[in-house]
Amino acid sequence: MAIRVQTAAFDPGAEVNALHAANLGVGAVVSFVGYVRDFNDGREVAGMFLEHYPGMTEKALAKIAVEAGERWPLLKLEVLHRIGALEPGEPIVFVGVASGHRQAAFDACEFVMDYLKTRAPFWKKEQTAVGSCWVEGRASDEAAAGRWAK
Amino acid sequence: MKLKVVFFARYREVLGLDGEAVEGEFVSIEQLRAHLMQRGGAWQVLAESNLMCARNEELCKLAEPLADGDEVAFFPPVTGG
Repeated sequence: MAIRVQTAAFDPGAEVNALHAANLGVGAVVSFVGYVRDFNDGREVAGMFLEHYPGMTEKALAKIAVEAGERWPLLKLEVLHRIGALEPGEPIVFVGVASGHRQAAFDACEFVMDYLKTRAPFWKKEQTAVGSCWVEGRASDEAAAGRWAK
Repeated sequence: MKLKVVFFARYREVLGLDGEAVEGEFVSIEQLRAHLMQRGGAWQVLAESNLMCARNEELCKLAEPLADGDEVAFFPPVTGG
């Protein structure tokens, strides 16, 4: 299990490859990459700043990853989230899951993203033509996370 | 008890404050929140119904009890990913 919170850009392809490298038991890798869009809520987005809660961020992501490992038989799990200034087109987040068979990897990847969206302390501030504004939380994200309640 | 209270994102901007030390007796985070809101003005931001909070870097509910030395964080709904 790897948790990384960083300002530096990353290469999603390299992250995917690393998930099955040196482990011939891996039969499935599922990954999610989130990118900065140039448009949101009817406004052009010139850039974004990602604030977080140092200390809690890493703990919250680790807790989500541990829970995923308890729910599904996973071989590897990586969560990488960027902070600081980002431009449209840049990757923000990577979640990669390796398992023996595909279903566990599909489910665990969705679970991690749904929980990350509602439980990890990150906040997006978008720069637009009318100034910068904080992105509002979405009820649909809460509903998505609620699917996994036991 | 002595607490460290921190704010993030929009709350941090509205309050013009990253955080502060707060001294007093608070049974729960809810009581601490009420105490801060009594200051009026910008502090009313803490009345928002979707406010989130954490105790010692763990998400929790407003009913969470407090102990001396705790770090309490208030912030709007998270928007990462």
